[in-house]
Amino acid sequence: MWQLLYENLEQTVAVILFGIGFSILLLQRNLIRKIIGLNIMDTAVYLFLASMGYISGKKAPIVVDGVTSAEAYINPIPAGLVLTGIVVSVSFTAIMLALTVRLYRRYHTLDMDEIAMLARGEDG
Amino acid sequence: MTFVYNFPFFCILLCMAAGIFTSILKQRTAKILTFAVSAVVFILSALTLRLTLQLDEAYPFMMGHFPAPWGNEIRIGRLEALMATGFSAVILISLIAGMWHTHSFVSEQKTNLYCIMIDLALAAVLVLIYTNDLFTVYVFIEIMTIASCALVVVRQNGHTLVAITRYMIMHLFGSGLLLMGIAMLYGITGHLLMMPLQEAVGNIVKTGEHLGPLTVVIALITAGLAIKSAMFPFHGWAPDTYAFAPPLSSAILSGIISKAYIFVLIKFFFRVIGLDVIVTQQITPFLFVCGVSGMIIGSIMAISQQDIRRMIAYSSVAQIGYIYLGLGIGTKAGVEAALFQMLVHAAVKSLLFLSTYELINVSGDHKHFRYLHGAGYRNVPAGIVFTIAAMSMVGIPFTGGFIVKLNLAISGIAIGGWVRALVLIALALSTLLNSVYFLHTVVSIYRKPTQKLDYPEVQKMPPYVAAALIVSTMLIIYLGIGSEPILRVIETGLKTFS
Repeated sequence: MWQLLYENLEQTVAVILFGIGFSILLLQRNLIRKIIGLNIMDTAVYLFLASMGYISGKKAPIVVDGVTSAEAYINPIPAGLVLTGIVVSVSFTAIMLALTVRLYRRYHTLDMDEIAMLARGEDG
Repeated sequence: MTFVYNFPFFCILLCMAAGIFTSILKQRTAKILTFAVSAVVFILSALTLRLTLQLDEAYPFMMGHFPAPWGNEIRIGRLEALMATGFSAVILISLIAGMWHTHSFVSEQKTNLYCIMIDLALAAVLVLIYTNDLFTVYVFIEIMTIASCALVVVRQNGHTLVAITRYMIMHLFGSGLLLMGIAMLYGITGHLLMMPLQEAVGNIVKTGEHLGPLTVVIALITAGLAIKSAMFPFHGWAPDTYAFAPPLSSAILSGIISKAYIFVLIKFFFRVIGLDVIVTQQITPFLFVCGVSGMIIGSIMAISQQDIRRMIAYSSVAQIGYIYLGLGIGTKAGVEAALFQMLVHAAVKSLLFLSTYELINVSGDHKHFRYLHGAGYRNVPAGIVFTIAAMSMVGIPFTGGFIVKLNLAISGIAIGGWVRALVLIALALSTLLNSVYFLHTVVSIYRKPTQKLDYPEVQKMPPYVAAALIVSTMLIIYLGIGSEPILRVIETGLKTFS
């Protein structure tokens, strides 16, 4: 069991980080901490993907010295997926930060529970 | 004739291009362009549906220059074309009926952005319906989440801000689970396109190697999409979002966007994993239990609401429960009933949100039931439309809702055992609860006001809005009377779906 986890160290770490990330996202009340949790969660998935595509001892798939055999290179698809994923998570972080700024200007606090309580008193 | 094969691709491209051009147009032109795009998408989707009805098989369409195992592709069959036609029709009608009052929710300089977000949401819905690639699914689910966030928060008050923050947190959690699921599936199979995936998953099931990770993948992706479509225990974000958003956004969000996630889930079940594997992996009982509890608890919550918009939002949770009940039965007949419910609920729910706005508008902007007395007389078309939509929700014969409940009951009876008993009890109980709150609302909008209230003069509803609402009501009655051909398209479409 431990042997297996150690052999797949990157994946094990990625899953643990994923768990930490989504617990922070769901359980913390502070909005900035929630956003940090979101980023940890996304980064864990990127670690998972990137470690899957890497084959030790092989090079990045850019042909410079004329070697065209696929055997010489690592799998480039996970790297492509990670890049797409990074773009998505950057835009989500931006949106969440923008929402946080708006909420802070309106309620002068970052505590989600407090904000919800203040908002309940308003007229819909 | 072969030209028609390109239409789904044109639809997607058209929505995205329109989104780009809308940003530089004048406000009025932007609105007209949005109408035009959704009308064109509706016509093209209807033509695609006609084409697929003549073909026996679904056909793949290559996106870009590389063929299937390397490049990206979309796949067009009867079911996809039917869903695209139905959803674009609902969006078109919602736009006609809902756009005229956006100025009271959306500030003037934001109208263009609002139109862009509608185009983007429509594009994402079409891509999710047609696509054949799991990573494209992920990317467009995120685009749809961003678009729906903007559609809600465009109304700037405290309630929408708080609601959308909750919404985003739950949706980001769901996306995280989905992405992790896709990454793991890629890890054990090495594919992202659905056709090679199906083969690879078949091998895994046959040999038994990596069967544990496959179960985790199914659980992660199902949970991610269930959170995003507001399945019962994860529905916390839904009521506030639907209640406080502008009515047009609520109609699109609750009518169309939540259905797109479920359609992706059905596609994942049928095309990637296979329904028999889903049943043997014990995923369907989970969906079944969530569906049944959603139907009942969603309705009970709806009864306790004082605000008519929140009541309709909670009834959405109950109606999503019906869809998951159909999926949870775990037979083809159950899934067919669920797909039909997706179409019916898309039409009915958008209509309810829009007609409710008109009723609130003639009642001095009050949302509580006691102020709505007599609203059905002050705005006669909206009152009639609301009544018929409510009847469909309850499941009165000659409306779409009746056919849904009938089909769910039939597919439950075919199973036998405790499933049969539970389906029938849940349907009976939920119909009873539905009739409590919907008939109560209908009665209260037609009750004579007890004291004389002075309602301020409001802008009259334009006649074309009344026409759109009536057309949409006729659609609901058509779904109830002429459901036979649609059900047949769903049945034959599901055969060629995987």
